Amino acid sequence: MMTMKETLVTPIFRDNPIALQILGICSALAVTSSLQVTMVMCIALTSVVAFSSLFISAIRSQIPSSIRIIVQMTIIASLVIVVDQVLKAVAYDISKQLSVFVGLIITNCIVMGRAEAYAMKNPPLPSFVDGLGNGLGYSVVLLAVAFFRELFGSGKLFGIEILPLVTEGGWYNPNGLLLLPPSAFFLIGAFIWILRSVDKKQVEEPDFRIAKHTTAEEGA
Amino acid sequence: MSKNDSIGKTLLVAFALCIVCSVVVSTAAVMLKPAQEANKTLDRKRNILAAAGMLEEGASIEAQFAQIQTRVVDLRSGRFTDAVDPASYEPVKAAKDPSRSMNLSQQEDIAGIGRREDYALVYLVESASGDWDKVILPVRGYGLWSTLYGFIALESDANTVAGLGFYEHGETPGLGGEVDNPRWKSQWPGKQVYRDGEVEIALAKGSVNADSPDSRWRVDGLSGATLTSRGVTQLVQFWLGEQGYEPFLNNLKAGEA
Repeated sequence: MMTMKETLVTPIFRDNPIALQILGICSALAVTSSLQVTMVMCIALTSVVAFSSLFISAIRSQIPSSIRIIVQMTIIASLVIVVDQVLKAVAYDISKQLSVFVGLIITNCIVMGRAEAYAMKNPPLPSFVDGLGNGLGYSVVLLAVAFFRELFGSGKLFGIEILPLVTEGGWYNPNGLLLLPPSAFFLIGAFIWILRSVDKKQVEEPDFRIAKHTTAEEGA
Repeated sequence: MSKNDSIGKTLLVAFALCIVCSVVVSTAAVMLKPAQEANKTLDRKRNILAAAGMLEEGASIEAQFAQIQTRVVDLRSGRFTDAVDPASYEPVKAAKDPSRSMNLSQQEDIAGIGRREDYALVYLVESASGDWDKVILPVRGYGLWSTLYGFIALESDANTVAGLGFYEHGETPGLGGEVDNPRWKSQWPGKQVYRDGEVEIALAKGSVNADSPDSRWRVDGLSGATLTSRGVTQLVQFWLGEQGYEPFLNNLKAGEA
């Protein structure tokens, strides 16, 4: 049994939902071109994972197993709608930039994954902490990706100019690829590579090995 | 079979959960509605001010908007009308309603919008003398990937551009998305729209040659974004042309709107 602290910290690097389990990649590609937007997305996702785990865990002994997935979905979807409404009321500009991606938290595999894998079997408080930890693990990767994409793609961090762009009279010629979603693949790949070089336990066993080349024996 | 899996229990859990969730969701939606509406209005006003080049960061949007008057124009006659209430009228929605819009033939529809609404909202900026100083017109049209929505502001001669800005589009970041670049937008003020009664303003291919006789009507094209540039040219030409605001601008200048 893990302690509360381990439950919180493990998903950040040792068992990162994006880097190790490769879940929730779609939003990591879509919303990471600016740090400010990414930050809001991370807060939204973290609160949804944490609270959905808490509520699902609280009623876990009452959920009939035949409808458990739809029960989880209903709770997650309601929380996402609430988060979306709150964002529209307090951070209108950012919610406009996030557009559908807040709504798409519903389909984020991390949220469902934690509900099904952890919250259904554990008491509410550890489930909440587990959700929080996984949300933070997601946030670490997203913020790292967004840092590089915003800095080298538009020369800014949190919208504040760091590298003056050529188009605005400076010297830095931005890398346009970094503003497009595919660039996040390279950055997430690099992140996974570094993480697995440091923590060798995360390296997966190959599914198969190519057999050595052999020649038929004479006369056989 | 555990007692959780009986049909009665399943129905009960499903029903109770739906009630609880719908109460939570609708409470949030109803309680936050006023704040969201206020944000939406504020956002629209900010866009209008930004297009007119009048936006001052930090100052209250409401106060800055106080000198702007919203009016409804009948695009068919080019005159002001009271047919719709400017506070609740949504031009883009009206353009989809056949009874409140007109179909554009392929030749007319250079902006790629399909239908044009009969009534448009225009924003008049009042000068100190009570007359109008600038007029801000909503424009929209298709670029490469998306419809661009924005505003163009004209000076009181209804010919000199005072500013142009887009508040919504989905063009390629770094290429067509440069329509949001302040340096690019800063070229618009001072440009002329009409030459001998025809809409002449357009984006050049590449940058504008300052010595060319046409340079008063030309704005730099967006590099690497030929189709977005063409879209911007065409939407400006459409909305300032015959099917757009041209009749209204003529009336306005003559004081007959």
